Amino acid sequence: MSKEISRRTFLKGGIASACTLAISGTPAAAEKKPDIQLLTLIDISKCIGCEACVDACREVNAEKFPDPKKPFPKMFPKRVPVADWSDKQNISDRLTPYNWLFIQNASVEIDGEEIDLTIPRRCMHCVNPPCVKLCPFGSARQLENGISIIKSDICLGGSKCKAVCPWHIPERQTGVGIYLDILPSLAGNGVMYKCDRCYNKIAKGELPACIEECPENVQTIGPRDEIIKQAQNLAKETKGYIYGEKENGGTNTIYISPVPFDKLNNAIEKGNGKPHLKPVKDTMENANNLAAAMFIAPFAGVAAAAGKYYQIVKTGEKNDEGGPSNESE
Amino acid sequence: MNQNKLISYSYIFTFFMMTISGFGQMPIFKRYYMADIPGLEWLAKYYITHYLHYLFAIMFLSLISYISMEYFLTKREKLIITTSGYVGSLLLSTLSLTGILLVIRNFSGHLFSSSFIVYLDLIHLGAVILILMTGLFCMVFNKKWLEKP
Repeated sequence: MSKEISRRTFLKGGIASACTLAISGTPAAAEKKPDIQLLTLIDISKCIGCEACVDACREVNAEKFPDPKKPFPKMFPKRVPVADWSDKQNISDRLTPYNWLFIQNASVEIDGEEIDLTIPRRCMHCVNPPCVKLCPFGSARQLENGISIIKSDICLGGSKCKAVCPWHIPERQTGVGIYLDILPSLAGNGVMYKCDRCYNKIAKGELPACIEECPENVQTIGPRDEIIKQAQNLAKETKGYIYGEKENGGTNTIYISPVPFDKLNNAIEKGNGKPHLKPVKDTMENANNLAAAMFIAPFAGVAAAAGKYYQIVKTGEKNDEGGPSNESE
Repeated sequence: MNQNKLISYSYIFTFFMMTISGFGQMPIFKRYYMADIPGLEWLAKYYITHYLHYLFAIMFLSLISYISMEYFLTKREKLIITTSGYVGSLLLSTLSLTGILLVIRNFSGHLFSSSFIVYLDLIHLGAVILILMTGLFCMVFNKKWLEKP
């Protein structure tokens, strides 16, 4: 897969995204726009773990990183955890508010030979992202091109996005954000940070920093339909395995691996800031199935009231019919 | 128990559960120890409060549709809606409408602008707070939503 092809297909989507981004500033509410979701294919077998993507991400997004004010406000109650990464900004082996992409290592066996695989890990950018849909203040949002971002100027740092994310990707930094101007001790706790897919570069028709700087062309970005086909073809050709196409109902990041993902998941170090590679069910599916019943509910209420009215009218008619005969008696 | 009382108690229970599960969408119950109370651990589990909010929203929409239609068909001539009733109805309609739009938002796809979603969230939260305050006001000052002409 050449870089030129990936760049061309990407630019098609990028220009469209730039247009839709420009439109999104309008207050018009429910205007349906075409969904041109951008998907990134990550070919794990190509990654050499050089961390050029990690460095590029940190450099390009440095201006978005938190700049907390110290000392932090005293939190009430005391159990509220303070998350301070400002003195550990150099950490690059896990996700932090200052490190939105890291390389995960796995030693696995292929054809009897032990090999080391390196996997770039960051936000998966779900097609229907629970972090965005379940944020109670609309601070996390999904752009028309499928990228999910957290608006640091209105995020209160409640960490719900991290709790509902199947991979627990967003990371909190205390001492920054709008909560400092509201009730800093009683509500909020900073701002959540995660990969925003360099949405501002994409809006200008440029590539995300991690793709631009990768010397091995590990990643390919483009319109979802096209990249899914490429991923499926690649998996077929290389007898590889796909992760992300169906996880959480589909994500806009797809990994292709030469070994099954359950093996990879067992081989990687997991924990805080180190996401797993397990299969993930669609987290929004159950609620959205319930929603169908919600649209029927008002009709059921109206029908029940109409049924009651019918009974009253029917009883009244019976009484009316019975009335004259009683009188005649 | 007569039917009117059953409807009233169902409405109160449904609204209470919706309020609790709705506030549970914000990260407050764990922070403020409510989820530490035995039996209330679920208050800090976002997916559970989310499902409960949807379930009680189904009941709530059925009930308010039933109550509205029943009034329109059978009680309109015997009872009139008071000012408190109009204020309450307006707030309930606002709550329902914003809730329905937020449910639609949760489907896959990009339907609403992000600034509109922020307004929806704030209006939904504001409406429930105003309903609770209106309910308290009506209870304290014995204001009925319906009365005889």
